[in-house]
Amino acid sequence: MRVNLWGTRGSIASAGPDTVKYGGDTACVEIRDADERLLILDGGSGIRALGSACGEFERADVLLTHLHMDHVQGLPFFGPLLDPEAEIHLWGPVSTTKTLRERLARYLSPPLFPIRVRDLKNVYFHDVIPGEFSLGSINVTADLICHPGSTLGYRLEEKGSVLAYMPDHEPSLGNSMFPSDPDWTSGYEIAEGAAVLIHDSQYTDEEYEARVGWGHTSFSQLVEFTRMTKAERLVTFHHDPSHTDDMLDELHADMATHGFELVPGTAGLSIEV
Amino acid sequence: MPPQQSLEMILLRQLASYLATPIWIMDDSGDLLYYNEPAEKLLGVQFDNAGPIQANELASMFEVTHLDGEPLSDFELPVVVALTKRLPAHLAVRFHGLDGIWREVEVTATPVIGQGDRFLGAFATFWEREG
Repeated sequence: MRVNLWGTRGSIASAGPDTVKYGGDTACVEIRDADERLLILDGGSGIRALGSACGEFERADVLLTHLHMDHVQGLPFFGPLLDPEAEIHLWGPVSTTKTLRERLARYLSPPLFPIRVRDLKNVYFHDVIPGEFSLGSINVTADLICHPGSTLGYRLEEKGSVLAYMPDHEPSLGNSMFPSDPDWTSGYEIAEGAAVLIHDSQYTDEEYEARVGWGHTSFSQLVEFTRMTKAERLVTFHHDPSHTDDMLDELHADMATHGFELVPGTAGLSIEV
Repeated sequence: MPPQQSLEMILLRQLASYLATPIWIMDDSGDLLYYNEPAEKLLGVQFDNAGPIQANELASMFEVTHLDGEPLSDFELPVVVALTKRLPAHLAVRFHGLDGIWREVEVTATPVIGQGDRFLGAFATFWEREG
């Protein structure tokens, strides 16, 4: 798998001179499998530029972790969405009340947006129940993880190599014994032994103290979670919009070495899994 | 290592650990995954000492009867109703835990249905009857 980061910011797009290195666009990750098939993780504002660069394709699958705005706001600006020749499959967490299509239609309809879901004839919707399914040569495991509202983490496996993706995740919330008891830790099986773990790193430890329950991770918790799961490479992600490039450089330097490779999640980063 | 619990059960256990109401949580096969500190008082043993308990061991640990002492079939137990019929159930019973003390309690059991209609288990809450 080849992985390209198009949007790494959390909560709200934050373009500006202080966010050039890590990027200001919200969550979007491009995946190319061995056959160059296109998978996309989340539809944050980063998906707009991906749509301009990805070239023509017959089919693309967009796996949405959840429907918070920073993960879907870029969808209607993804050029191929308006190309009737391009087949787009949107996958997102199942709900007990409304389908994925109905929930996305709350955003993709006037007055919030001029284009309606029903006008997108080339788009197919899939409500994901926790479990496994295949997309081309990639086996996808989806499981609910700890974040307000129904939120999925994804584990993508191709030829024995695993990419785990949990951009919004608070693993310590449901486990008072964290980082002990992995079997009672949200997201453990999604990340276990992954070659690459792309994970929420929104808060400093001080910020987290005032935001327990908001669904995000502190840097020190992220270190503990990565060590627990024995992931080999950690890519930090979902940077807080108030965190400047200089601040993020300092936070990453403080993480030092903890038995895994630390890769700062910067816009434009490309990784082989 | 045992498989990771579903998020719904993780959050249910976390909530139970903060409540003053005695609660126990069972998985879909009837194994007792957890009970909280208030439940420890009723059951007569700390969870840390008992640990997760398999369904087939439970019957020998806790003797349960109707309030008048008449025997109770397994299928009358609220937790069994919740697990087998996937329906909520309530009953007043008399039981003793590992401390050997008989207590009268009201038991309400509720099935746990997760996102995507996944049946995950059940939880039971207990109220000790006064007098």
